[in-house]
Amino acid sequence: MIRVMLPAHLRALAHVDGEVTLDVEGEATQRSVLDALEARYPMLRGTIRDHVTQQRRPFVRFFACEQDLSHEQPDAPLPDAVVMGTEPFFIIGAIAGG
Amino acid sequence: MSGVRVLVGTRKGAFVLTSDGKRELWDVSGPHFAGWEIYHLKGSPADPNRLYASQTSGWFGQIIQRSDDGGKTWHQPGTPPGEPTTTPDGMPKGESNKFVYDASPETGKPLTKHQWYDGKLRPWEFKRVWHLEPSLTDPDTVYAGVEDAALFRSTDGGQTWRELSGLRGHGTGPDWQPGAGGMCLHTILLDPSDPGRIYIAISAAGAFRSDDAGQTWQPINRGLKSQYIPDPNAQVGHCVHRIAMHRSRPGVLFMQKHWDVMRSDDAGESWQEVSGNLPTDFGFSIDVHAHEPDTVYVVPIKSDSEHYPPEGKLRVYRSRTGGNEWEALTKGLPQRNCYVNVLRDAMAVDSLDSCGVYFGTTGGQVYASADAGDTWAPIVRDLPAVLSVEVQTLP
Repeated sequence: MIRVMLPAHLRALAHVDGEVTLDVEGEATQRSVLDALEARYPMLRGTIRDHVTQQRRPFVRFFACEQDLSHEQPDAPLPDAVVMGTEPFFIIGAIAGG
Repeated sequence: MSGVRVLVGTRKGAFVLTSDGKRELWDVSGPHFAGWEIYHLKGSPADPNRLYASQTSGWFGQIIQRSDDGGKTWHQPGTPPGEPTTTPDGMPKGESNKFVYDASPETGKPLTKHQWYDGKLRPWEFKRVWHLEPSLTDPDTVYAGVEDAALFRSTDGGQTWRELSGLRGHGTGPDWQPGAGGMCLHTILLDPSDPGRIYIAISAAGAFRSDDAGQTWQPINRGLKSQYIPDPNAQVGHCVHRIAMHRSRPGVLFMQKHWDVMRSDDAGESWQEVSGNLPTDFGFSIDVHAHEPDTVYVVPIKSDSEHYPPEGKLRVYRSRTGGNEWEALTKGLPQRNCYVNVLRDAMAVDSLDSCGVYFGTTGGQVYASADAGDTWAPIVRDLPAVLSVEVQTLP
């Protein structure tokens, strides 16, 4: 079970409160977690990754276990603590604007 | 008793203002989509309960919202809460915010680059929807004007979108360039007398017309003069801020250009300046009285570098002669120390017997006049900066 923490605007779009928990088939990577997230909440498609290129939107970042994972490869395995569900995978709106 | 519903898009959400036909007491609903930029929302002329909204964010991109009950509840088309999240063939829904430029050789003619501010070419890149224009006859058909400039259409209530790529591909696209607000398609006018005729306007490319329901397009900028481009009389490159028409006379167009207020009497084939005695002919918004095709409203703004009313006096100017002769409308509007702007999509009229006129400001005020502009009063004073105002006249 993967725990995902969404920013407030995306929680509102998905009509969820707090953390989202996902069953991810196969290896837990950014791609597989986001695929599972978008399959459960299709209203989030295009808000985290570009619809066509599937690249992370520029002002969206991924954190977990006190690490910035934004620039990791999409198919790189996520930290064990995220896979085990002891730590959440954070999707963050970058701080901009002061 | 008839009434009005005023749809207000702001920098931090949408607001719905409703009143009866007197337009004195108002109910304010909102913010809807709090914290998001709402560039535009508009109701279907064919079904007043059907509303479309463009919700955008620099972080999370474009969202399309739809209401089927006059703004009480909203959902993203194709993904309403509680309904299956996949289509019958198992594909995830969630295409309502997917705006992909057509690059096929047959239609899009692989047009991929336009002018950038520095004169270099830059690839077309979708940023947001500036304007949503529902069909006059079908609630499920709606047009979207987007940045970088292109026109899209949905025929399934906003669930999916397809570019009308003949506009970008007709030949002048590589010469288009962004205005200060971006390269946006911000105006869409549908001719009520001719289903095939559509007018659009782009900053900074100009005005364009289609006579075959959006398949093919031609620039309609003859007569425009813009000193800020190398050839002031060029076919394209003009920063058209807004065009407006009256339903009864769709071949007559009024335009607020970057500088100059213009008029065309031949469906855009040629334009004449009608700025007349305006204190400044810079501005963004322009609209036409609901029952008087020659009564036109503008809000003069000091200049392109000083986006506020001249002399700190917020004045709507009205011409009852189709331009050239303008009168200042000031009763109820601040006449000192006012330095707000009125953006291009932030003025609208209702169609009650005594025509109501509405506009919103970057200071968060929405002003209404129930007597065609003679007197004004604020409906609200302290909203976030207003990006757009539309009005529905309800039975």
